[in-house]
Parts: sequence; C-alpha cells; structure tokens
Amino acid sequence: MSDLSKEALAAGARAALEGIEGKALSPKDRLALPVQDMPCQDPVARGQNMHEVAQGYDEAQARIEANRCLGCKNAPCVSGCPVRVDIPGFIAEIQKGDFAQAARVIKRTNLLPSICGRVCPQEGQCQAPCTLGKSLKSIDKAVQIGRLERFVADWERSSGAAGAPAAGHATGKRVAIVGSGPAGLTCAVDVRRQGHEVVIYEAFQKAGGVMVYGIPEFRLPKELVRSEAGVLESMGVRFELNYLVGRTRKLRALLAEDGFDAVFIGAGAGLPKFMDIPGENLVGVFSANEYLTRANLMKAYDRPRAATPIYPSRRVAVLGGGNVAMDSARMALRLGAEEVHILYRRTREEMPARAEEVGHAMEEGVVFDFLSSPTRVLAGADGRCEALEVLSYALGEPDASGRRSPVAIKGSEKVLPYDTVIVAIGNESNPLLARTTPELKVDRKGHIIVDERQKTSIERVYAGGDIVLGAATVILAMGEGRRAAAAINEVLQ
Amino acid sequence: MSRILAKRRLSEEVYRIEVEAPLVARERKAGQFVIVQADAEYGERIPLTIADADPGRGSISLIFQAVGASTHKLAAKEPGAEIVLLGPLGNPTHIERFGWAVCVGGGIGLAPLHPIVEALKAAGNRVTVISGARTKDLLIMQEEMQALADEHLVVTDDGSAGRKALVTEPLKELCGQSPKPDIAVAIGPPVMMKFCAEATRPFGVRTLVSLNTIMIDGTGMCGGCRVTVGGETKFVCVDGPEFDGHLVDWELMMSRLKSYKKLEDEAHERCHLEQAAERLAAGGAR
Repeated sequence: MSDLSKEALAAGARAALEGIEGKALSPKDRLALPVQDMPCQDPVARGQNMHEVAQGYDEAQARIEANRCLGCKNAPCVSGCPVRVDIPGFIAEIQKGDFAQAARVIKRTNLLPSICGRVCPQEGQCQAPCTLGKSLKSIDKAVQIGRLERFVADWERSSGAAGAPAAGHATGKRVAIVGSGPAGLTCAVDVRRQGHEVVIYEAFQKAGGVMVYGIPEFRLPKELVRSEAGVLESMGVRFELNYLVGRTRKLRALLAEDGFDAVFIGAGAGLPKFMDIPGENLVGVFSANEYLTRANLMKAYDRPRAATPIYPSRRVAVLGGGNVAMDSARMALRLGAEEVHILYRRTREEMPARAEEVGHAMEEGVVFDFLSSPTRVLAGADGRCEALEVLSYALGEPDASGRRSPVAIKGSEKVLPYDTVIVAIGNESNPLLARTTPELKVDRKGHIIVDERQKTSIERVYAGGDIVLGAATVILAMGEGRRAAAAINEVLQ
Repeated sequence: MSRILAKRRLSEEVYRIEVEAPLVARERKAGQFVIVQADAEYGERIPLTIADADPGRGSISLIFQAVGASTHKLAAKEPGAEIVLLGPLGNPTHIERFGWAVCVGGGIGLAPLHPIVEALKAAGNRVTVISGARTKDLLIMQEEMQALADEHLVVTDDGSAGRKALVTEPLKELCGQSPKPDIAVAIGPPVMMKFCAEATRPFGVRTLVSLNTIMIDGTGMCGGCRVTVGGETKFVCVDGPEFDGHLVDWELMMSRLKSYKKLEDEAHERCHLEQAAERLAAGGAR
C-alpha cells in the first residue's frame, strides 16, 4: 500500500540497488534498506474495474526486499509457514538474481506459489516471527515474504520456465479426489508424482473451488488458477467437472465399483451461516457465498454477456470481519454501490482479515462501522430489505484469555437504511457427503473427523481442507492435502 | 458437458429435451432435480426437475417452459449441442404405501410429478391424478398420467379440455370424501401450490409440495434457495426440494423468486428483440 506509482517505486528500488551492488552487506546494512511497498492500481480507478489491485514487484524491488532478509540460521519464518517453505533459501536465490532457482526452492514444498503469495495471511504466519520485523519493532517492517513469493512465481510463469512436476512411473493404482480447491489440487499433484492415476471430481463447471467462485478477480486473477489446473492436466491428472460425489455417484461406489484404491475428500466449506435475526430471508439479503459466486464464477460483473443477474444495490451492509467480508464489500463497490459499510462487532485489531485487504478496502472507500452488529432486517413497502436495526457494542474487560469481548450497549439501537445486506460470517459444513455416506464419521459441527494423517473413519478415504477444518485458509487446506497425499502414497505402496 | 439427444416442442413455450447423462439416469429417484446451464462461460445455472429417465439409453428427460432469457437459450439448443448438467440433486421423495394419494400437477409441474406418480404406484398406492393447465395446449404428460393413474381428472382454466375449473376444486371434493386421501402431492406454479395447501389444510390431509427456487450451485453452498418453513430457514437444495405445504411461508418464497424480476424482464425483452432481428436478417437474406 503506497501512494507512489509502480514506476516511482521501481525507480527508488533501482537507486537503492546501485548503492549496494557488489557490496557485502552487514546485518546493519540490511536493516537500513527500505521496506518495499506493493505497487497498486489507483484506488479510484480500480473501483471501476475488476483487474488485480496489487501489481507485484519488479526485479529491482524484489532484490532490495530480498536483501533485507538477515538469513537467520534458526529461520523462525519457516516455522510460521504451514507447508514449511524454505524461505531463507528461496530469498537467498533472489538476492543472487537466480529467480529460476528461487522458484525451484519454493516448489519443493509449495506447488501454488502464485496463489499463496497473493492470498496467504502472511502477517499471521511466516512474517509474524520475522527477526527483521522484531528488530525494527513493527510487523509491517518484516521481510515481505508473500510479495517475494508472488514475484518469483510470476517471474517463472512469464519466463515460460515453469514446468510441470514429472508424474512417476505408472503404478496401476487409482486415486479419486473430491473437489478441485487448494486441498484437492495439492493432494492430486503429490499423488500423481508418485505415479498413481488421478481423477478430480468437481461439482462446478470450472476447476479451482474457492479460488474461482469465492476470491475475486481483483485479488486473484482467474487466469492463474486456470494455468495451475493446466499444469495438473499436463501431468496427466483428469478433471471430471459437473460431478457431485455423494449425488452423481456415491462415495462408496467410487471404491467398490469404479476401481479407485483411495479417495481424498476436499469438498470445501458448506452451508453459509446466517445471523439468525428476523428478516434475514428478505429479498436483498445474501450470503457472501452467493454474492461472490454470482460475481466471480458466473461473471455477473460482465453485464452485457453474463446471463446471471446480480442485485442492483445502492447502500450495502456487509456483516463480518474476515477476508470474505472484505471481498464482498469491495465487489459491491465495483458493481456500482454508492455506499458500502462493513459492520463488525469488535474493532480493527480483532478483525481476522489480512491487513492488506483491510487497507485496500479502506482506500477504496469502504466504511468500517466497528463495534456494531445488526439485530433485525426491516422490509420496505415492497417487502424487500430496506433497513437494518443496528446495536452498538463496547469492548468489555479482558477475560481469562486476555481477549476483550464486545458487550452490547443497551438502548443503542439505530435504524439505518440499507437495500442490500451481505452476510459474511462463515460457513457450516456441507451435510451432503455425510448424509449419503452414513459410515463417514463427522463431529458435532458436521466436519469430517480425521486422524493425524488425514484418514477418515473409512479405510482408504482421507479428507482435508475446510470440510475438516471449518473455514480456514488456502494454505492450511494445501497443508492438509499434502499430508493426506503422503499417507495415501504410503498406503498404496 | 452433456449432449442433447433429442428435442421436442410440446406447446408454444414448452420444450422437452432428452440429455445424455448415464450416471444421473442411473442414480436419480423421484423428486430429484438437476442444474443446467446453456453455456459454461456466461450461462445462468437453473434448476430443472427430472421428468423421466432411461437408464438403458443413459439419458434423462427435462421439460421446461421458455419464460426467460436463459430458458430461451436452452430452448434454442439443437440435438448434438452440449450443456452443463449437474445432478441428481435434492432429496428423493419419501415414498411408502400411504394408501390413497392425490397428485396435483399444474402446467409444467406435471413433468416432475410424473416420476412421483410412478413411484407411488410402484409402492402399491391408489393414485388419483389431477392434471391442470391454463388451456388445453399446455397440458403435458397426459398419456403417461392416463396410463399410470387409477383416476385421472383434467381441468383447464378456460374449459378447453376437461372440466373448466382450478385444480383446487376437485382437490377439495376429494378431500371431502370419506375416507379422505392419505396424502396429497402438489407441484406447479407457487401460487397453485399455495392454494392447494390451503385447500387441504381444513381436512388435515398432509400435502407435499416441491419448490423450485432461485439456485446457483444446488449443493448447499450459496443459500440463494433458502425458504422459511415452519418458522425455520431451510435450503431447498439440501433440505428439499419437497416440504410440507402447510408450513411453507409462501409470500416470502414468492417474493424471493421475484428478486431479479426487473433484470430478468429486461433480459427477456432483449432476447425477444434479438430473435426478431435474427428472423428479419434471415428474411432479408432470402
């Protein structure tokens, strides 16, 4: 987030690079290098388009940022990464200018770096324990690992150097993957590398799961997801789209009749949660899943061409404080809403969204109403959503865990006009597979129960990602897919 | 993608298509539906109930009314064309030997009613079918119903076929008999289902309805299909599509169906204009 243009940021980085070229840098020199801001589309201009907001580092910026890394021996950053990317290793290659080698280092453990570099919550993972950030007493000044990861992945793609990992010798064993989101794709690659035949079943008409229906184009270009799916196809992974395991074919039929030796379930999050307040089923109230799926997967933003309509909104209230809430709010602005508010019961500090997304939303003009939450949706004369009754909160005394929980302020209800409400407070698990597969054990919340190796209650059936974790992140889902793949490869030996 | 094998125009706006879908044909049960999309890139996902299935041929039949831009696009597809098709979705109808079942189908609703009548008959029920439509041309599946039903009553709004009445009239008469029907099933336009539920309510005849709401994924993810049933929020795709008609909040359901009415009317208008332009252009070329 910077007011400077991409060109100005690049020029600054080039000047800094000249200053250090050929010099052996001491830790003190590294500490003195300026943290590299992410060049972004102008906030006013980008409110009118769907193009990616963050434009990525150029080589000079990447090299300066990489040179900020102290290369700590104990690498605290690696312990913050759910898939344990060798972070100091790939950053050292950027310092040398060997971007192809940097990409190879990342891909040893992370197969979707262009996606992770964009959507991982780095400030809560790899960048949180960064020694540099700690020395400079600001998490914002940690090495910008995510931006470097993205740089390397984009460089590799545009250089044409990205090759598909080789599939191993055919083993004659077959693995079915249910769902083509981050967990499924990761599991598929690892299993295919071992030489097993892999078929991915996807209910939607396109592969990618949450990366195509949920995360908007302006944050994660769909071209990237297509290209990652293309890599899998070139490895010989087969995609069966428009196929809902549990309905089109029962899970047990895959094992018993279709000749699969193992199944991985990465079916993702399910039923969207609602607030359970009066008026929530009125026209004009949407789950974030619905709103974003219309806009992203169904391309409702492309009005002349798309057949799927999207609700015409003037004043929008988004309920929630996560990435999905940010995505919904920013999408609503791009689709022409005049005013978009995010209502969140706590304050900015407690918001689970990535800091960068909150910052982007603020720059674009999304209004944040902290410490407020609705109690009712009110209908107008036409029976559609017209207003929200909103209650104010204050942060109470810290509880035993040290967390200050919000306390409602009695009598603070206000009625505020909103024609659209988007509920982004998470998902319940999807009951479909469990209902059609009684022997598949789920917990009280409906999440599939797995052991430490991702195995479910059924032999040769594994699961991972949101269907196990509840609403989590792309990288955690990938970590589970990878763990399941290791277990499957072992069982099929 | 699934290939269209055959297409038949049943009336001015009603089409029957047979689509290659071997797994759906094998798995589907009465009461279930599919989601179709005329084109994978820009098409709209619409739920359609399955009218018939032929596991031998590996195909299912869908009957739909071209009422909006997306159904017009679907209607314009010729055999050989491919469409997106996902299914079977939703819970199958709960079928048992109830005794006497009265099945009411209005217009296009006769299509999804057909497999239910078939299943109820197979389970050993006495089945009375009430077929209703605005006018004679819109009565579909009549041969099938005639062959299956123990009694078959036909009504039209204009009296062009059968009795000149609304479906609720014979339904009330049947409910007034002693013994009364053990169950009623009503499928048709929402307003018809609502009045069928009102007709059976005083007699205490349990009445199943099948809701066809706005839907995107059809797998439980979007919540666009939610309805209020007995004061609780239900998702038509995973909790339905069949519900107790006496408990459905009909006003809310019908209001939600019209969420995009203005946009849809505009799209429909545009679609008619385009078709007219194409006809003119074709005429000009001759």
